[in-house]
Amino acid sequence: MSLTHEDVARIAKLARIKVSGAEIEAVGADLNRIFGLIEKMNAVDTDGIEPMAHPQDVSLRLRDDAVTASNRRDAFQAVAPQVEAGLYLVPKVIE
Amino acid sequence: MNSTLTSLARALAAREISATELATDYLARIDALNPTLNAFITVDAAKTLAEARAADAARAAGAAGLLAGVPIAYKDIFCQQGWRTSCGSKMLDGFVSPYDAQVIEKCRAAGLVTLGRTNMDEFAMGSSNENSFYGAVKNPWDLAAIPGGSSGGSAAAVAARLAPAALGTDTGGSIRQPASHCGITGIKPTYGVVSRFGMVAYASSLDQGGPMAQTAEDCAQLLNVIAGFDERDSTSLERAAEDYTRELGQPLAGLRVGLPREYFADGLASDVARVIENAVAELKTLGAEVVEVSLPNTELSIPAYYVIAPAEASSNLSRYDGVRYGHRAAEYGDLADMYEKTRAEGFGSEVKRRIMVGTYVLSHGYYDAYYLKAQKIRRLIAGDFQAAFAQCDVILGPVAPTAAFNLGEKSSDPVEMYLSDVYTLSVNLAGLPAMSVPAGFADNGRPVGLQIIGNYFAEAKMLNVAHQFQLATDWHQKAPVL
Repeated sequence: MSLTHEDVARIAKLARIKVSGAEIEAVGADLNRIFGLIEKMNAVDTDGIEPMAHPQDVSLRLRDDAVTASNRRDAFQAVAPQVEAGLYLVPKVIE
Repeated sequence: MNSTLTSLARALAAREISATELATDYLARIDALNPTLNAFITVDAAKTLAEARAADAARAAGAAGLLAGVPIAYKDIFCQQGWRTSCGSKMLDGFVSPYDAQVIEKCRAAGLVTLGRTNMDEFAMGSSNENSFYGAVKNPWDLAAIPGGSSGGSAAAVAARLAPAALGTDTGGSIRQPASHCGITGIKPTYGVVSRFGMVAYASSLDQGGPMAQTAEDCAQLLNVIAGFDERDSTSLERAAEDYTRELGQPLAGLRVGLPREYFADGLASDVARVIENAVAELKTLGAEVVEVSLPNTELSIPAYYVIAPAEASSNLSRYDGVRYGHRAAEYGDLADMYEKTRAEGFGSEVKRRIMVGTYVLSHGYYDAYYLKAQKIRRLIAGDFQAAFAQCDVILGPVAPTAAFNLGEKSSDPVEMYLSDVYTLSVNLAGLPAMSVPAGFADNGRPVGLQIIGNYFAEAKMLNVAHQFQLATDWHQKAPVL
């Protein structure tokens, strides 16, 4: 497999990372080298093997559906780039 | 300054020194040497001394625990209320955490005194500690060498005696590998033993925090402080508290140590092999029996890890979008443009690479071919270990194929860098505990660590193997001349 410049641009878009036209070549070369390494997995037959998502093979705990956290909105918003009246400000999304 | 955590705790209890004097001494040493080593990102003497005075007051009131007043450094990945928590990234450069990670809460409750926040590879992604927004850390043994990553600041701080102990995290070897390269002792516990609450997430099914110190005994004492169930981390294991020092002092007679043949094959530098063989010989004189074991899928841990870790990273790091905290680009158009510019500016190149790899392997049409395949290989790797542990109590081997390489030597080729993780990654994929113990020096004078891998929850046994080795050898007592 070899990623084209269009592939790299599409991945960057999906990842929400701006990659300029000048960077595409270098980023693509790095990604292709990494996928060259990753594709060594294909030599192994893994038919019938159960995938392992968690190292202990345990099911995750559930907790009661109850509020446990206290309201610390001011403390959390103090570290935000832009807030107003208790709300996070972002560029307008609806015209 | 060549004092262990345990000896400092004794001196504090005997009133030979106060926590304030101790903190002052360490802060002076950090002042003198950190400009050379770059091991710390943030030091705040006023905060440190306030904590030390509180520890002295608690000791005077007779309300202090064993380690009260002992200084410690934290990898900049653990959220700590009131301290900058940058995770080595421009993205979080201005972020002061509004809360404590669970391990920090536990250390505070034990009265440990914060010396500062140690440097690290950005978001814990790296094997050399060259990927930090705050610059590379230097190896105290040789300033031309890397300290190892991603807990390189913690390892360098302990090795240079800027701190008696530090906390690190290990996603693919990030406690063991810098411990090995800097000549200190470090342990990555079984996945789920130490809470990940408040530890900035990289790859959630692999990340695990753990102690780094001069000796195994100190690591055991610190693990006693930081281990334990936490309901705020859904992957934290509900297990009864245990005393990790309980096996220290057990003789090694009859211990079966497994040597995986794949860890001693092509690619292992001969000087590292010599150090490991000598360490194994030492354990044999202490009564251990050696058996050969096999971990046939070792090589596959590299591709499997470099699918699973980036996949989880691409998800975890989606939270850095310039809305709720962290960097936001100065100029942008619409919302998508704000996200894209913020992330392009805030992340370094290795982080961007891994996010893009992760995004791709999880994208429509590629999930089965990459992510699912890697999870199946993960099971093969975990199965290899269980087959090996049927024949032995612990597995021994090198931590890395070579001693620390030079700064800049591998930074232009990510794949070359990834290959240096071959002996550590499979432990994280399987969720096992493992540690690095100083075992000697390479031909160029740089330290080499012995890796001890245990079965699930075998921390106390591993710590005793390391402790017995340290009672019989003095590699862990050697300090760099600075």
